[in-house]
Amino acid sequence: MTTPETKFKFTPDYLERAKAHIAKYPDGRQASAVMPLLDLAQRQNGGWISREAMAYIAEMLEMAEIRVYEVATFYTMYNLEPVGKYLVQLCRTTPCWLRGANDLLSVCKEELGVGTGETTEDGLFTLIEVECLGACVNAPMVQINDDYFEDLTAAQMREILSMLRRGEKPSPGPQNGRQSSAPGTGMTTLLDGGAG
Amino acid sequence: MPKLTIDGVEVEVADGSTVLQACEDAGAEVPRFCYHDRLSIAGNCRMCLVEMEKSPKPIASCAMPAGEGMVIHTNTPEVKKAREGVMEFLLINHPLDCPICDQGGECDLQDQSMAYGRHFTRFNEHKRAVKDKDVGPLVETIMTRCIHCTRCIRFADEIAGVEEFGAVFRGEHMEIGTYVEKAVSSELSGNMIDLCPVGALTSKPYAFTARSWELRKTESVDAHDAVGSNIRIDGRGGEVMRIVPRLHEDVNEEWISDKSRFAYDGLRKRRLDRCYVRRNGKLEEASWQQAFDAVSKALSGLRGDQIAAIAGDLADCESMTALKDLMTGLGSANIDCRQDGAKLGGSRCGYLFNSTIAGIEESDAMLIVGADPRWEAPLVNARIRKRWRQGGLKVGFIGAHRDLTYPVNNLGVGPKTLGQVAAGEHDFTSVLERSERPMLILGPGAVARTDGAGVLSAARTIAEKYTMVREDWNGFNILHRAASRVGGLDLGFVPGAAGRDVSGILASAESGAVKFVWLLGADEIDMMPLSKTFTVYQGHHGDAGAAAADVVLPGAAYTEKNATYVNLEGRVQRAYRAIYPPGDAREDWTILRAFSDEVARTLPYDTLDSLRGRMVEIAPTFSGVDKIAPAVWDNFGEPGEMSGEAFAGSVENFYLTDVIARASDTMAKCSSQFVARNQKKTGTNG
Repeated sequence: MTTPETKFKFTPDYLERAKAHIAKYPDGRQASAVMPLLDLAQRQNGGWISREAMAYIAEMLEMAEIRVYEVATFYTMYNLEPVGKYLVQLCRTTPCWLRGANDLLSVCKEELGVGTGETTEDGLFTLIEVECLGACVNAPMVQINDDYFEDLTAAQMREILSMLRRGEKPSPGPQNGRQSSAPGTGMTTLLDGGAG
Repeated sequence: MPKLTIDGVEVEVADGSTVLQACEDAGAEVPRFCYHDRLSIAGNCRMCLVEMEKSPKPIASCAMPAGEGMVIHTNTPEVKKAREGVMEFLLINHPLDCPICDQGGECDLQDQSMAYGRHFTRFNEHKRAVKDKDVGPLVETIMTRCIHCTRCIRFADEIAGVEEFGAVFRGEHMEIGTYVEKAVSSELSGNMIDLCPVGALTSKPYAFTARSWELRKTESVDAHDAVGSNIRIDGRGGEVMRIVPRLHEDVNEEWISDKSRFAYDGLRKRRLDRCYVRRNGKLEEASWQQAFDAVSKALSGLRGDQIAAIAGDLADCESMTALKDLMTGLGSANIDCRQDGAKLGGSRCGYLFNSTIAGIEESDAMLIVGADPRWEAPLVNARIRKRWRQGGLKVGFIGAHRDLTYPVNNLGVGPKTLGQVAAGEHDFTSVLERSERPMLILGPGAVARTDGAGVLSAARTIAEKYTMVREDWNGFNILHRAASRVGGLDLGFVPGAAGRDVSGILASAESGAVKFVWLLGADEIDMMPLSKTFTVYQGHHGDAGAAAADVVLPGAAYTEKNATYVNLEGRVQRAYRAIYPPGDAREDWTILRAFSDEVARTLPYDTLDSLRGRMVEIAPTFSGVDKIAPAVWDNFGEPGEMSGEAFAGSVENFYLTDVIARASDTMAKCSSQFVARNQKKTGTNG
């Protein structure tokens, strides 16, 4: 993890991806690439964007540092402070809440031993509550790094966390067996496989 | 040219106008916070809502382009209700601290809440509090009061050219701030205080010192640089409490530089408030009569050519006229107003900013030579930036380059490049050739040197070669940085026949050929050669000049006298007395008039009016106040060798250029924060 003192620089791999983003925009409009570049910086930097990274991007895109800072502070998906290896974003908006988000939250707190907005001592997990992630049909759900884990029960939540702690990879998506957001009670239409 | 009907009045407005501007044309007042006619449109405060027929809801008039046939109502109950709603939201998080707010009494929010506010609040939840930001020694921030109009952000971006302010976080958490708490490094930052419609940005030096309604307001002009910015001096009792800009579209628009605005605390410090006479090597207090006696005694028996006078950068035209006439009466031709040794004078077109400041906006190509407009004349620089933002301006630059807030083409550093452009051997010449209204700006760094006349002549060659001077356009410009300079040159405060200029005076003072020197506020010269001469210092601050003087005559600063200054365009402007000079100090021309009696060379004017009549006699341009008489293209400059030495900037430290600024604590703070820190960086640090 980058400490605030160290200089930030894209690795050759990330630099190439950054250049691909910049190339999408006409000459002199490279500032348009600020959002994907911030995302790349966040990925390379272990899940958060340091001031150095913002300054680096500002220089790369020839824009004022404050303009990058404005963008980075506006969007909630850019983390401006260090986070754990796994960023657990627990949805607490009404549909998830009605479907048991509170239970998931207490399991997380219990399993991880931290409150919301905190990081475990081993640096593995950061737990935060977020507003709607747009997966209400599969409520309740959490997002861990880039993956959605949906249709969760408290037990499944606990299992996912312990798998991650053991270094295993839980499979993302609905945890109750249904395919994406197909009806929970089984298919009701197109039962012939869509042949007609 | 769309035609609109506003409150039943039909108006025709220019293409591209907004509904708000149309309303103003029609005489309808529209309240606003975020809209400012010199900044881009933001449309985020919503206070300017008006009703437009056929629109289902009120429109934000500042952001709505005026269209043909629009019917607008600004005074219906619907409009009032809509604005009341906006006002209620604006006040939700605004603290009710008007009694302890410096903006109180001149606050847009306060004023408009009288018209649109409720007398109580329906908001029972917690108000938010925002941490104050440290943006330097000039601007105080009380961010809880901020209503997020973003005027300061737009000002910094657009006018000042320092992208350092921004709106960070969002929604309820939005804050105005800088990236990593840093001071706003602009010499125009004080203008944000005027722009801020609430008390979020206020003046730090002025904080809690006065209420706006207690101040006596005097409209005057600034003397810290040669721009001649129009200012209003707000005084209380015998003190200047603050200085704010006054609108003058052709000069400073509505901005002033931080030095013009904040150096006023220097007016209270290190003042010369009584006469001093040097006895046994020490300056001792004296009466006017004793001081005059000492001076007349020193003058007696001296021939005219043993006497000299130098006028400083803050000298007003009245006192220079009186001093010139006195020197002529004493038979001396050794007078000079060009402390920096600039090789300017003679034909008027050869030392004016002929294009005028407003004329910059018509130019399409510019060659800046040996000038640092950002520090020498910040408002000229702001005007160039304004022109650059309109697009299509190409700027070539010869000299020591620094960030001017707009991109420039670095052509070279010295006379060699200038010679190449004059000879048509440089790439940039194609830009000048294609340009319709090319401009050349020659700064003090180019003419205040021994080969200055040669540089001036080369610049003239360029001006003629690229047809910069035509009937309808004069693109030849000299950038001055001293308020007294153009006035002094207009008055002919330059060496007469067989007279010596500043360097000549100093050299002869050292050799003993000049035995008596009268310094009229001249502090920025080398005082060492004057140790053998009898030196009179007439001025208002105890600085280098007073320290070297044998007799000190206390004069008045620019805020303390009715005086005339001519700005770099040749615009004659009047400064007015806002407060009285301290102690025994007197208006400068009256000192000279009184002294002329002592030596029986009585000056023929007893009133300011008759003195001004004398000025018109010397230079007819003094008859037209605030007018510009275009100068006739005439001979100036002498073709000569130019050295290879690079053009240097004339201002080492923007915040400490004159005696008032050097006495100011505020300027000292700015200097250590903005200048000293940067200079350290360029030194030996790794």
